[in-house]
Amino acid sequence: MRFWGFALGRAGVLGINERNAGYIMPLNPRRLYPRVDDKVKTKALAREAGMAVPELFFVARSQADALRLPAALSSHASFVVKPANGSGGDGILVVDGRYGEHYRLISGDLMSETALLHHVSNIVSGQYSLTGGPDAALVEYRVQFDQVFDAISFQGVPDVRIIVYKGYPAMAMVRLPTRSSGGKANLHQGAVGAGVDIVTGLTLGAVSGNERVNVHPDTLNAIDGNQVPHWDKLLEISALGYDVSELGYLGVDMVIDRDLGPLMLEMNARPGLNIQIANGAGLKPRFAAIDQHLSSNAFDPDPATRAAVSRSLMQRLNDSVLGSAAKTA
Amino acid sequence: MNNRSVHIIAFLCAVSGLALFFYKAYRLGFPLTADTDRTVWTIEASLRFDARPGPIKAELKVPALTSGFTTLSENSVSGGYGFNLDYADGGRLARWAVRSADGEQRLYYRVVVYADPSVEEVDTTPPFPDIPALDEPLRTAATVLMQEVREQSADTDTLVAELLTRVNDPTPGPNVELLFDGLSGSLRRTQRLIELLAFARVPARPLRGVLLADEQRHAPVRTYLEVHNGVNWTVYNSRTARQGLPSNFYPWWRGTDALADVQGGSAVDLNFAVRRSQLDSLDVVAQRSAAQGSAALNFSLFGLPIQTQAVYSVLLMVPIGALVMVVLRNFVGLQTFGTFMPVLIAIAFRETDLLAGVILFSLLTSLGLAIRFGLEKLRLLLVPRLTAVLIIVVILMLAISILAHRLGLETGLSVALFPMVIIAMTIERMSVIWEERGATDAIKAGVGSLLVAAFAYLVMGMDALEHLIFTFPELLLVVLAIVLLSGRYTGYRLLELPRFSALEKRR
Repeated sequence: MRFWGFALGRAGVLGINERNAGYIMPLNPRRLYPRVDDKVKTKALAREAGMAVPELFFVARSQADALRLPAALSSHASFVVKPANGSGGDGILVVDGRYGEHYRLISGDLMSETALLHHVSNIVSGQYSLTGGPDAALVEYRVQFDQVFDAISFQGVPDVRIIVYKGYPAMAMVRLPTRSSGGKANLHQGAVGAGVDIVTGLTLGAVSGNERVNVHPDTLNAIDGNQVPHWDKLLEISALGYDVSELGYLGVDMVIDRDLGPLMLEMNARPGLNIQIANGAGLKPRFAAIDQHLSSNAFDPDPATRAAVSRSLMQRLNDSVLGSAAKTA
Repeated sequence: MNNRSVHIIAFLCAVSGLALFFYKAYRLGFPLTADTDRTVWTIEASLRFDARPGPIKAELKVPALTSGFTTLSENSVSGGYGFNLDYADGGRLARWAVRSADGEQRLYYRVVVYADPSVEEVDTTPPFPDIPALDEPLRTAATVLMQEVREQSADTDTLVAELLTRVNDPTPGPNVELLFDGLSGSLRRTQRLIELLAFARVPARPLRGVLLADEQRHAPVRTYLEVHNGVNWTVYNSRTARQGLPSNFYPWWRGTDALADVQGGSAVDLNFAVRRSQLDSLDVVAQRSAAQGSAALNFSLFGLPIQTQAVYSVLLMVPIGALVMVVLRNFVGLQTFGTFMPVLIAIAFRETDLLAGVILFSLLTSLGLAIRFGLEKLRLLLVPRLTAVLIIVVILMLAISILAHRLGLETGLSVALFPMVIIAMTIERMSVIWEERGATDAIKAGVGSLLVAAFAYLVMGMDALEHLIFTFPELLLVVLAIVLLSGRYTGYRLLELPRFSALEKRR
């Protein structure tokens, strides 16, 4: 049933209603949500499946656990503290070293051990959890960011988001922090999302808010045409995300570590739709191509093979789009 | 659940809701709009007579079959007399009796009716009448006349038409002149016509009643000729030969006997008076279902105590407000705080009216939000933080009320009617969104909530709609059907069109 938006329909753009009713509800059963909502659980499952994730140093589930934190961290100079059920980057502390009895934050501020323990105990009592229930505090490896995106990002942590449909990577983008996003890679906070060609791993145009942009607002460098490193590996990790979460409509967020390569940060059961604007393309034709492949081929248990299949499917889709564009021209 | 089962359930809901609605509206006469008055007629038969000292038995023929009219109530006023109603051949009898009475007596029988074209009474098929015993030369005249009439007609209808034409001819034939000589008054003429029809073995009877038009202190009793054509009764005006009754004719009695009969009295005088009045349609329904012992009203909201009814008149509009919200959220794409918060805000607007409500709400929320950001620095846990916001909201409400009162603004007082928990929750959610997604999103959602609340308020405030839902709560099933269907709406939201406009593909 459709009253309006026929031009969007022809472009295969996925709307919120259809995403919820047509994809999330049938493909993402609610019982699987804890697998991606609870970061401790996600990390454990991911490690089990052999997925590269930032190493977990310590989990505090109770106030008593929090007191054992300093001892557990004695061997790590830099680490990240975050709430297991937090969202939007709230409650995250990034420590990059020590100064005497104090912890040095990435901003340069010093934090006493008492203040750090207070922060952890706040996380445990649910201050950053949206539901308000008790939470757990994670302490994990601090990612050493690759410099590859420096030309097109402002401070902060660029990350790669890949939409995985029934286990096959379907669409990708790099989220680039800006001055207005305060270094966060969150699109609603003002980060720029750049589409990435699944086939080549080259960046395409970008979206800022709901608008298409071609240069980064702070560095003024062209966003398109940049090669995302480790592209094969990123595709493979995202495909593996399906085996870990079993969610048929999934967003996998990854970062690239200077030394360790791509690491999976978190997964999302209801990824946003702005990725379509970043890519200048609708999601539905890609889902249809994957569905068509699955209708005549068995599901491939190997994520690397699935990533390769996706590439050839998207290659064919690109060709046909170019072909029809040439025809109309 | 696939689309088909949703469609089937929605269809069943809609059909049952609409069926009940149409039944109540058109069968039981529940009013569709709030201010429909019905014209109600009171017909009063007063029987006056002089009583000899001694026992009195009085009989009055009263209506039984009244096609086109529904009886609301009937009663009798008769001081000291015993009264009962009986069925009798041709209708019903009202009987009064008293052991002893003296002097002028007045007995009243009163019936309250209203026109209702849907009422059709089933009448019995009469036997063929015997050929009446008439003296010569009337007998020969009647036989000849009816023979001629019969030869020039094909069936009962044309036979009656032919007979009436001959009888009403300005220059009637000798037989007609003989038969109707000296018969004045429509009752006597009708009786003669019935005798003539009996010669052709056609059952007929006089139909007597009054015309319901304006106020009549002395309504004349009119007589029509009712003829049975083998299938059903057809009414003729014996003067004009026209078929059918005027719609405002109230049939009182069928038969030739006197309408009133008094044993033990003299100088009997029967008078009909007609009075017109307006009655609220709902009262009409209430009275009639009480008279009929129908359960329809007992199981409607009107059976509840008035206070409960008042609560439900608000409560039943909540689904309508929610429907507005579904449309604005899922079809238009407005963002709101929480699912039902806008509807609850809209209910609060009912007490303050729209403009004052929007101003007070914005004022409270922005003040509360400012203070909430102050609380943020204290790093409180969720539940104490919410409670603190709630207390501050109550204090703010108090402050606004007092300030407005000092300034002489009465609307400021109605702030007390805002549900404070709703405001506290709105402030909390708004601040969370503000923190996580920035001011733009928070303000967008705030304005969205206010817009949805204003729309919901306007729709919920429509008197006609409120009356409709209150009188026909089954329409909520139709609302449910619409909501179920929109639950499977997978098209774009209106606001997604500009959002994705860069991706549009023009043909």
